[in-house]
Amino acid sequence: MGLANYRRVFENDGLPQVLINTAVWVAGVVFVTVVLSMALAQFLNKDFPGRRAIRLAILIPWAASVVMTTTVFYYMLEPNVGILNKFLVQINVLDETFGFTKRPVSAFAVAMAVGVFVSVPFTTYTILAGLGTIPDEILEAADVDGVNRWQRYTRIVLPQLRGTLAVAVIINIINVFNSLPILRIITGDLPGIKADTTTSLTFKLLTLYREPALAQALSVFNFGLVLVIIAIYMAVTRPMRED
Amino acid sequence: MTTQAPVAPAPPVSGTTAKTRRVSAPRRRWGLTAIGIVVAFFFLVPYVVMLLGSFKTKKEILSIEPTYLPTQWQPQNYVTMWDTPETPLPFNLISTVAISAAATVLVLLVAIPAAYYTSRRRFPGRLAFLFLVLITQMLQPTVLAVGLVRQFLAIGIHDTWLAMILVNAAFNLSFAVWILHSFFATIPVALEEAAMLDGLSHFQVLRKITLPLVWPGIVTATIFTVVACWNEFAASLVILTTDANQPLSVALTKFVGQYATSWHYVFGISVVSIVPVAILFALIERRLVGGLTAGSVK
Repeated sequence: MGLANYRRVFENDGLPQVLINTAVWVAGVVFVTVVLSMALAQFLNKDFPGRRAIRLAILIPWAASVVMTTTVFYYMLEPNVGILNKFLVQINVLDETFGFTKRPVSAFAVAMAVGVFVSVPFTTYTILAGLGTIPDEILEAADVDGVNRWQRYTRIVLPQLRGTLAVAVIINIINVFNSLPILRIITGDLPGIKADTTTSLTFKLLTLYREPALAQALSVFNFGLVLVIIAIYMAVTRPMRED
Repeated sequence: MTTQAPVAPAPPVSGTTAKTRRVSAPRRRWGLTAIGIVVAFFFLVPYVVMLLGSFKTKKEILSIEPTYLPTQWQPQNYVTMWDTPETPLPFNLISTVAISAAATVLVLLVAIPAAYYTSRRRFPGRLAFLFLVLITQMLQPTVLAVGLVRQFLAIGIHDTWLAMILVNAAFNLSFAVWILHSFFATIPVALEEAAMLDGLSHFQVLRKITLPLVWPGIVTATIFTVVACWNEFAASLVILTTDANQPLSVALTKFVGQYATSWHYVFGISVVSIVPVAILFALIERRLVGGLTAGSVK
């Protein structure tokens, strides 16, 4: 009965592009977020004057709703009234203001950058909490044994962080995959579906194209997709493995 | 042995150099502070723009010659925004606080025992259970909300705080269980067994030994839940239809018009919405990463 809806979803000419976008969106945002967060957590785990204030500053994007943060970015990059656009012209990076959010490719890139921006604080703090559970004795023992910094990080810190990282990555995959506000605000008004992921396409089908049945079909497909991604991730990393 | 004797003093020397390095560190550490300031600035830019924008006049913020600082400071935006035809903002604030607080308490009451159990008991289907818990997080709020409306209408709590408390608790439970599970799992069972040999009951062990050790995890879970509830948007938009019941995140959108967006109010409400959460973070940030396990786990 409802299978026709699935067929219509898959026969859509724009779908391959949307699937590629989805892969780039999830893999790109999660990978960059986790790498940046690991570096940032390592940095914020060091002791230096003013560290607490800097940690608090990094909490702000997490405290702010994604809708609010994305709205400000959209406003800042607006070609006519946007302050960041004006700034880029003033420092001669641009000759004239650029419609970052007006073309599919650049708008999608901006959306990904915002995605990383809003995901890094939570991920960093999760990793920091994980670093905090590593007993000092182990690290001191490594120092006594003359292990260099890189070895200390890869052989002692990373294995201890495995469970924390697994949780951080899984939560990020789910959140990034399901993220709607960023794409809705930044690429949502562009014509067509060139800069959409399966999630934002679901929303467009629901509201813009008035195809609720198609939207439901796509959301079931989405659910299956994220399930497969997580299952693969779990099989590879085995975060719940007992030591 | 004797040939090694002259070498023997070496370790203490290297030990003292390690110490002196730590003592003389502050000079080098200021370099880290400088890097930190750049990092912090990068993360704060949008919010500085937001804060400055909230003090501009409507005309200035829509000017095609954008300004960094307001040419004419307009602090009365923060007064006038509470009394506008668009939305009853004082009620929106109360709704946000009530819903977030109740949902967070509910999440913790359920998640702490659940995570403790999954990390301590090897019951059949444990992995399947954890996976199922995670699945609840994978459902898309947008599509889910439509189904929820029907259910809430059926049981008569549509458009109430209770409905959104339940929805927020449900949305955040899986993360709380998972993060707490991973923290409980880092506490050796041997530690609990030793405490029990010392005559403590199972409940006393949980209260006096285990919970204090997973405190960073509880704080992480609490913060995550509060923030997620505070900023929840999609479900609130669909489920709360009465203006006064809606949280700040939804109220904000009332000022975004198709032709004339009141950016100064959008930014003003954003600032008001961010400040309480930022203060909450500031109060418990130290505990978030406290090395509580360092002393007891050997």
